[in-house]
Amino acid sequence: MGNRFESVQSVREGLRAENYLADEGIAGVVFLADRLGKPVLVEGPAGTGKTQLAKSVAEMTGARLIRLQCYEGLDESKALYEWNYKKQLLRIQADKNSDSWSDVHDDIFSDEFLLTRPLLEAITSEDPVVLLIDEVDRVEVETEALLLEILSEYQVSIPELGTITAKQIPLVFLTSNNTRELSEALKRRCLYLHVDYPDLEREKLIVLTRVPGVTENLADQIARIVRSIRQLDLKKAPSVSETIDWARTLVLLGVSNIDAQQAKETLHVLLKYQTDIAKAAKELAVEAVK
Amino acid sequence: MIDLLAGFVTELRSAGLPVSLTENLDAMEAVQHIPIEDRDAFKYALGATLVKNNSHWRAFETVFEVYFSLRGPEYKLVEGGDSELDEMWREMQEQQGQGEGRGAGGGGMESLTPEEMMNLLMKALMKGDQGMMRALAKQSVQRFAGMEPGRPVGGTYYLYRTLRNLDLEGMLDKLMEASRQEVGGDLTPLEERLEKDEYDSRIDQFKKEIEAEIRRRLVADRGAEAMAKTLRKPLPEDVEFMHASRDEMQNLKKSLYPLTRKLAARLARKRRHGRKGPLDFRNTVRHSLSYGGVPAEPKFKYPRPAKPELMVVADISGSVAAFARFTLMLVYAIQGQFSKVRSFVFIDGIDEVTDYFKGVEDISEAIHRVNTEADVVWVDGHSDYGHAFEVFWERYGKDIGPKTTVLLLGDARNNYHASQAWVVKNIRQKARHVYWLNPEPRSYWNTGDSIVGDYGTHTDGVYECRNLRQLEAFVEKLA
Repeated sequence: MGNRFESVQSVREGLRAENYLADEGIAGVVFLADRLGKPVLVEGPAGTGKTQLAKSVAEMTGARLIRLQCYEGLDESKALYEWNYKKQLLRIQADKNSDSWSDVHDDIFSDEFLLTRPLLEAITSEDPVVLLIDEVDRVEVETEALLLEILSEYQVSIPELGTITAKQIPLVFLTSNNTRELSEALKRRCLYLHVDYPDLEREKLIVLTRVPGVTENLADQIARIVRSIRQLDLKKAPSVSETIDWARTLVLLGVSNIDAQQAKETLHVLLKYQTDIAKAAKELAVEAVK
Repeated sequence: MIDLLAGFVTELRSAGLPVSLTENLDAMEAVQHIPIEDRDAFKYALGATLVKNNSHWRAFETVFEVYFSLRGPEYKLVEGGDSELDEMWREMQEQQGQGEGRGAGGGGMESLTPEEMMNLLMKALMKGDQGMMRALAKQSVQRFAGMEPGRPVGGTYYLYRTLRNLDLEGMLDKLMEASRQEVGGDLTPLEERLEKDEYDSRIDQFKKEIEAEIRRRLVADRGAEAMAKTLRKPLPEDVEFMHASRDEMQNLKKSLYPLTRKLAARLARKRRHGRKGPLDFRNTVRHSLSYGGVPAEPKFKYPRPAKPELMVVADISGSVAAFARFTLMLVYAIQGQFSKVRSFVFIDGIDEVTDYFKGVEDISEAIHRVNTEADVVWVDGHSDYGHAFEVFWERYGKDIGPKTTVLLLGDARNNYHASQAWVVKNIRQKARHVYWLNPEPRSYWNTGDSIVGDYGTHTDGVYECRNLRQLEAFVEKLA
């Protein structure tokens, strides 16, 4: 089992160097995932940096990122492996006469004719990899079962070839937007990490590291306004990525001190529903007239 | 250590969290990799291995607090030792900065007058000084809560006593006033709002410190197991609609939205992934063209089950109002799954409220309008199911067709009026299904003035819907 990280603190610093600001919980779980050799299931609202976490960890450890984007209808041949039928056909036709049937049979079901898909690729890879299984809640419950073997044993069984075991245990991240309850079997095999909206300090730091040219004062204001907006009862609260977009917008507009008018005019960057925008504008501006 | 963790896991299970054996083992392994002095890391290690659902996190935190609150060095309980208090006081003065130049120093915190303490608190809140806030929380609990060992009172009682003495509401105003002076002049509306939110969150944090402190003291007094039992709170999906506190209501509302999303996704999927139907001849021939006229790829018709039409008839009188509200919210949040939704509310008169929901994006606002504007009182504003049903039948009975599913919501406590159960019978003859949802526990049915049995015999089923979990299960069955 690999020991990629020294301590929780070193994970945190490493991520920090990649411009990803992890809090105690995130760093702790990543550290544990490495030590226990277990996948991490990351859940949380959209746009809080779940996918980015996997990317940053890959960068930090210098590993290759292999990504499997899940969608409805994902199956074995797209996630695990597939036989290269065309090549197999060619092989059979190439020397029709020479080989006996058993030779050909053994031959066409060998590594050479196997097309690896992300999951298989991740465990057969020689160099270190980080496997990201994105939006795992989009596949059907039945398809989830595909993942179970690889997640708990880090191996893939191919009937014609036997079992392929991982050469090194990759770090695995699964992300979910929680559109449906994942199966118990899957959850049991993973460490669970819930990434929520960051607190004021962290959000401010995120804005400062992610947005070039933003002043400390502006970042502070942004973080505070966003926190106030999140407290409202909205359809969709602004995510971290939207906060960053907003900060960029304000920097581009040359704003150094937000007043109510500017906030109101740029709210559409932060909020995506008309009713939400109206509500936030009302709350932020009109409030004090009374 | 193993014993402690085992006890901890048992408590989690009795709080309703599903913790499997493998997860338990994982937790044991995980904590070996974590330096045990690091409380936060320890907590996250346990959390990541034992809790796999975010809505259970709060329950986990409470149990964790109870079990491990006395074990961190910084959280050591002050056993009446003056020396420690003094030390804290000195520390505080250092934190506060000598610039304050306080004369009273050395007297220890206990000698502070209440006014001085309030001032200290205000300063701590203004600066957001964590250490200071924690110390003050300890002090105020010691001073105001009046805790006596062995007294069988819940933590909320002590919390109430402490907070009453601190007057945090007034504190907020004072803080705002102070920050206004600091700027010199008035704040812009935006700034004012931001300041207020800032202080709000700090005061909230302070309250949490107090709560934690009380809990620590109670645990020290009574032991972890006993404490955990009294603090056990139902998970959000198990909270009963009829007895939910305001906080719990808020939580319920929050968990309602993700739930509807999940439900809608699940229902849509169910509709799409039905079994295959009979051979679609036309489609098969069409596809055979690409195989030179050989029907190599048979195509099938997918059954498209019709979406049900829904009529919701809800009692919105006092006791069951919360339940009606949640059901309406849930139904309208997934109205895409029904071909048509109409809703009616009644107390002793009945009114159609479908229009309130039309073209409104914000369901809670529509619900608010239902509660304030709908004309539901006929005589005295006490539930009269019989009269409401009668009027419903007269006015809207003709709209019920063979595709309609009628949902009747209420506890059927009819205040001894006539039941008019024949209406339900008639409805059932015309409609596809009639269901009754009752927010009361099954054991209360047909006691007192509850006549759910009278109506129930004419429906396709009476369901107990006391909490979100049961409501969800029913709606899934329905669509």
